[in-house]
Amino acid sequence: MQQRRTIDQIHTNRVLLNGQLDTPKWWAPTVIVLGIIVAIGFFLIGIMVNKGLGVTGLSRPVYWGLFITTFVFWVGISHAGIMISAILRLSQAEWRRPVTRAAELLTVFSLLTALLFPLMHAGRPWRIIYFILPYDFARGIMPNVRSPLIWDPVAISTYLTGSTLFLYIALLPDLGNLRDRTTGWQNALYTILALGWRGNPRQWKLQTVGGILLSALMLPIFVSVHSIVSWDFAVTPAVEGWHSTIFAPYFVIGAVHSGVSAVVTMMALMRWLWKWEDFIRPEHFDALARLLIVVATGWLAFTFLELLFAVYGLDAPELELRDMQIFQWPWNLLFVTFLFTGYIIPVGMWLQKSVRNNIALMFWSSLFVNIGMWLERFMIIVPGLARKTPFVYTWEAYRPSGLEWFILFWSLAWVTFLMLLFSRFFPLVPLFEQKESQTFGDSIKIGRVRVPAIVREAD
Amino acid sequence: MSKSVLGLYNDPNQAADAMDALKNAGFAQGTFDVLTGTPYPEGAFGEHVPQHRLFRFPAFGAIIGFTLALFLTAATQIAYPLVTGGKPILSLFAMLVILYEMSMLSAVISTVVGIVIESRLPNVNPGVYDNRITEGLIGVVITTDDDKADTAIDALNGAGAMEIKQA
Repeated sequence: MQQRRTIDQIHTNRVLLNGQLDTPKWWAPTVIVLGIIVAIGFFLIGIMVNKGLGVTGLSRPVYWGLFITTFVFWVGISHAGIMISAILRLSQAEWRRPVTRAAELLTVFSLLTALLFPLMHAGRPWRIIYFILPYDFARGIMPNVRSPLIWDPVAISTYLTGSTLFLYIALLPDLGNLRDRTTGWQNALYTILALGWRGNPRQWKLQTVGGILLSALMLPIFVSVHSIVSWDFAVTPAVEGWHSTIFAPYFVIGAVHSGVSAVVTMMALMRWLWKWEDFIRPEHFDALARLLIVVATGWLAFTFLELLFAVYGLDAPELELRDMQIFQWPWNLLFVTFLFTGYIIPVGMWLQKSVRNNIALMFWSSLFVNIGMWLERFMIIVPGLARKTPFVYTWEAYRPSGLEWFILFWSLAWVTFLMLLFSRFFPLVPLFEQKESQTFGDSIKIGRVRVPAIVREAD
Repeated sequence: MSKSVLGLYNDPNQAADAMDALKNAGFAQGTFDVLTGTPYPEGAFGEHVPQHRLFRFPAFGAIIGFTLALFLTAATQIAYPLVTGGKPILSLFAMLVILYEMSMLSAVISTVVGIVIESRLPNVNPGVYDNRITEGLIGVVITTDDDKADTAIDALNGAGAMEIKQA
């Protein structure tokens, strides 16, 4: 943390609460534009519910298309929060401080968005209740708890509830801070939400111990969620390319790759939009890029292992599918794009220190990753269904409709819209974490240089 | 009648001195506390190290969640006995996922409840306070009988309080 400088608490409050106390000029127009996109999206979803799934490109034999791809994509992005917040908190990584809140928030909003896609995909969303909730007593039909389609909502609801509570607990000290800086209805709101927070040693101890305990509890949930999402596919023997035992860890590491990249995108935007240069520094991007190199390389290994295990058995239908995925038009173009944007271009860039410390390049490289990771999910889900199999009498390519593409982009606008709304009322950077870093920080002289040092408690 | 007195300090050393002064003046541990806008290393002010029982909460929560999930999954399958692939109706392996998720969910919820309870929140009557504590000032607060308030004020002033507030 060589780039940190001493900042007093009044300045920290003024700068990091600028979204709540002094709303930036760009905020309202941006929220209005995003709000219009969001409203159009909901209108189109309404049309789809009214007209049926015929307005999408879904047709025999491809019934899982862009909506399910985007569902898996957003569940993947949601792994950002726990990766950054829990793992880095447990390992006491100092550079986590400015990014934990935004990462947790990204988890909550991306999970909320992910949950919308199976509802849309169902065509008649209200009927989902028949297979999720017990219980349609009138007809005596119970959900099949042995089905991954039940496991999925259970896991995602657990993760969403846990992440939201985790976010709230870590927000308590900052709510107390906002209560102290506001008047009128805002003060009344923050007073209620802060629950009478005062900042005595007991409350700080519980905040620290509770944060670590919740991190430790959230980690196994985080691993289980994307494992269970992967089982939606992996327990289906009838579709080549889906039935793989490696899917759980493959999906989890892919989710971490896309989630942490999304955090990089968001950090760059936060630095630019709110001018938080003193808090979100190039060294944070450098640390995240180093982490991403390791994660991305692990993910690439799983990608090739998945391919290797698939072709190792020399099973003819599986070989046909892989041939189609990698060598036949237009899948070959998607495959190459996915490989280059998901790994080769970004990791090639991150290997350069000059790139790791360049926020604009980090921003673009992180966007590349998520283009690649979305394509990865598309390449997993669709080709296996599109290929002709013995019991399928049609063989048609899937071409997503304009409505499906719009809803994909709508989901990006929707998450950004939610994040901006949150930023109007709550701080995106945890102030108490920043202040703690300053409290525990000092500078020491080594030889002829003075370097920043962080004091850390033994337990 | 009891009274709440708050001394405000710029410097952590002065706040620690104030805590010592209150101890030396005969006030019992637990009647005075230190308020900060950021966590300080434990014992930085010579304060009483708070004890908690937070670790019990997730354990109890997990047990409750597991029990509920066991009932839910078993009752569901018994209520609608769908034989799949000749497997037993109560397929424990398939139930494990829901047992696991509900145990974890319950553990997380009870941990959050534990954090709130052990932090003594919600605190509807927070007593004397100053907004500048979240701007870096350190508050030493004591709740005592009216007749001992002056002793407390003297102790807080003796340590160099920049301001004293009472409620």
